[in-house]
Amino acid sequence: MADAEREDAAETDTPNSSDAKEKNVISSMSDESGTLLRRMEITVAEAEKRTGKKAVNMQETYTVYLIETRPSAAVNGGQSVAPDALWRRYSEFELLRNYLIVTYPYIVVPPLPEKRAEFVWHKLSADNMDPDFVERRRVGLENFLLRVASHPVMSNDAILYHFLTKERGWKEVVYDTGFQAKADSRIRALNATFRVKNPDKRFMEMKHYSDELQSITSQLLRARARVADRLYGVYKVHGNYGRVFSEWSAIEKEMGDGLQSAGHHMDAYAASIDDILEEEEHYADQIKEYLFFAEALRAVCRKHELSQYELETASLDLTSKRQQREELATGIVRTFSFKGMTTKLFGQETAEQREARLKMLEEQIVEGDDTVKEKTSECEDIVSSGWEDMQRFKEQKDRDLREALINYAYMQISMCKKGIQVWTNAKECFSKM
Amino acid sequence: MDTSITDGGSFNASMPTSPGSMINQYKFDEEDEQEDPGAKDIFITVDNPESHVTTIETFITYRVLTKTTRSEFDSSEYEVRRRYQDFLWLKGRLEEANPTLIVHPLPEKFVMKGMVERFNDDFIETRRRALHRFLNRVSEHPILSCNEDFKIFLTAQAWELTSHKKQGPGFLSRMGDTVRAVAASVRGVKSRPEEFNSMQEYVEAFSQKMTSLDRITQRIVKEEREYLEELKEYAPTYTLWSGSEEELAEPLKGVASCVDRCFQETEEQVRQFSDTLAPALHEYVLSAETLKAVLRRRDFIQAELEAKNEALAAKRADRDADPRERGVVWQSLLGKDPEEARQQRQQRLTGEIHELKEEIDKLEDRMEWANNALKGDWSRWQRSMRTDLKEVFITTAQKNVDHYEKCLAVWESFLLSMRSEVGDINQPSSDDS
Repeated sequence: MADAEREDAAETDTPNSSDAKEKNVISSMSDESGTLLRRMEITVAEAEKRTGKKAVNMQETYTVYLIETRPSAAVNGGQSVAPDALWRRYSEFELLRNYLIVTYPYIVVPPLPEKRAEFVWHKLSADNMDPDFVERRRVGLENFLLRVASHPVMSNDAILYHFLTKERGWKEVVYDTGFQAKADSRIRALNATFRVKNPDKRFMEMKHYSDELQSITSQLLRARARVADRLYGVYKVHGNYGRVFSEWSAIEKEMGDGLQSAGHHMDAYAASIDDILEEEEHYADQIKEYLFFAEALRAVCRKHELSQYELETASLDLTSKRQQREELATGIVRTFSFKGMTTKLFGQETAEQREARLKMLEEQIVEGDDTVKEKTSECEDIVSSGWEDMQRFKEQKDRDLREALINYAYMQISMCKKGIQVWTNAKECFSKM
Repeated sequence: MDTSITDGGSFNASMPTSPGSMINQYKFDEEDEQEDPGAKDIFITVDNPESHVTTIETFITYRVLTKTTRSEFDSSEYEVRRRYQDFLWLKGRLEEANPTLIVHPLPEKFVMKGMVERFNDDFIETRRRALHRFLNRVSEHPILSCNEDFKIFLTAQAWELTSHKKQGPGFLSRMGDTVRAVAASVRGVKSRPEEFNSMQEYVEAFSQKMTSLDRITQRIVKEEREYLEELKEYAPTYTLWSGSEEELAEPLKGVASCVDRCFQETEEQVRQFSDTLAPALHEYVLSAETLKAVLRRRDFIQAELEAKNEALAAKRADRDADPRERGVVWQSLLGKDPEEARQQRQQRLTGEIHELKEEIDKLEDRMEWANNALKGDWSRWQRSMRTDLKEVFITTAQKNVDHYEKCLAVWESFLLSMRSEVGDINQPSSDDS
């Protein structure tokens, strides 16, 4: 998620629209024309705790998120229209995403914010109910919706529209699409190991890249969390100076005032790290999004591999069946077949049997031919659409991450400025000692 | 600065000709705020540590170089080598000659914390600096710098010093001093003057505060070092990532380079803490112990004086007592003439009383000398404590400001390079702190 504002993006006329973190509009989304986002403003406005009954009389506490939508035309026309709103749980977002993955297998589907807090440094809570975590998740969910709604293909999906606009009955509608069955078989297929003879080189490179991206971003996030932890310690110990200077000032005459005020600055210095690191968490979230994106990218590459494999298998099968027909028709055995062996061992089959087998083979060949045509077309689809979407993803990634890095630099600069201020003030107090 | 003390002329440094007058002049000098730096007529450096190996031991000697225009020195330049033991000896002699003057502390015998060996380079360097400060402080002290042992320390060759050391007060007399001191501490002081009571209170509190500050500083150094460890692992993750990217390679390498530069700057900053601030604070922890010892020694003298006064009063009471209350009966049992016995006793007591009175006179002089010396040195000490600590705090604060300014420049130049690549980048609203 990037914090920059763009003139194109859906904006409210609320006074705090300049607060970048609340707006959560990404520069890479603004250029999409004709997408849902253009027509409709979407926000995940709030989060609330609910308790409900799970199975077997057990109470569970969960969080719901308020999705608000408003037609952009109305907003831009200056009318103050009340937004439509509905509540959704995280699990419903998950369901939506699973549906999208199955329905658009060649699209790099945006990830959801993490289910459980990872890469935490010790002061940061790993508790799912922690308000800071919930808030960051709210932002992440909004980000997800905005990305999907601005995608040239996915934004037109009816299920998506339903998700955003009708609270009740959505789950049934999703299940009715039968995507679940496809999802299960897909998972099984993708987890299987298979060898592809002629995968598209570009997809293989992308897959390799997605592995690297996953690995490197996790490393980066881990290292950053450790650095944050240590920096926290350094700043907080300075707070002790504040305490002792204050106590010391009580026994000094001339030095007392200077020491006392210097002590206050030490306290301020120690306290400043909390805000600094909280801001950095947003940067970490931006990197995290692409850690999860890497997995989505990999999935598309795997899908290509799978469809290519199925095509290759179907082609091989078709070729072998054609060959069998030829052998049956001409009597020349070129390839080894079990039937051929048993025929040799147990004697020639009858003419009727041969006819029957030939007819069956013909049918199978017709089927096989269709399958190959189908698989070829599917493969070509995935290659062309998948490649197109991967290019789109690449450009989006380059823009988003570049912005994230620049934001990071701004954060560091802000931290340095605070440091300069505190120590300059402290120096002044020391001079007055 | 009272010039009459440093005026070589007819002045014999080892024996104040008129203690009262000299100390009275010293007392008046506490009104002087600054010692005239232009009047500094002796310059001492301690450097060039060298290892010496003998069959019995290995030890370090330091070169002590003295340049002076003082007339009590035969030459204007001296170069000698001294070992730590020699410094200890000198300090002991200075304290013996002036029990209530505040002598600058020596670095400790060996470092307890961590695994610092005696011959570790950092340890030797820290010790060298402290020894250098010690000698310079002594040379700046109006009374101590005139001490004969000090002169011998600076000028005598190794064998000369060894033989001079042997001439000092013998073991037995030092034992005697210790016994008296112990006895005095057991006796305790009956009526300590109020100003010394408040000194005592101050020193207790000051000692506590310095110890705390010393500990806090050590802790900060430790935390910073651990922070640097993690930072070292962090920068390379960006470099590694840049290897997998095209568009993002430059920004990623830029961030890596910034983090690396900040790492180097932080190393500098930590060095300031551990090389300058920590030793300064530690020296004042030791200095506080010196103050406690000085107050104790003053108390000893007072305790002795009080004891002798009590003894005097007792003897007087004894002499003036009714003979019938005394052991005249006992004497008569032994066959002595009561009148003769009484006169004998009277004479004896009168003699003892006379002796006691002489001792008390001397002690009272000594007490006055000691009290005035302490009072004078006390304000001197307070002034230099204030100057020393103020200076080191200001330097540390400035070093921190410099550190943040350097890091700020690093990140700003990164942003500049980013801007020049693309053109216009929107800045988040949280730019200015």
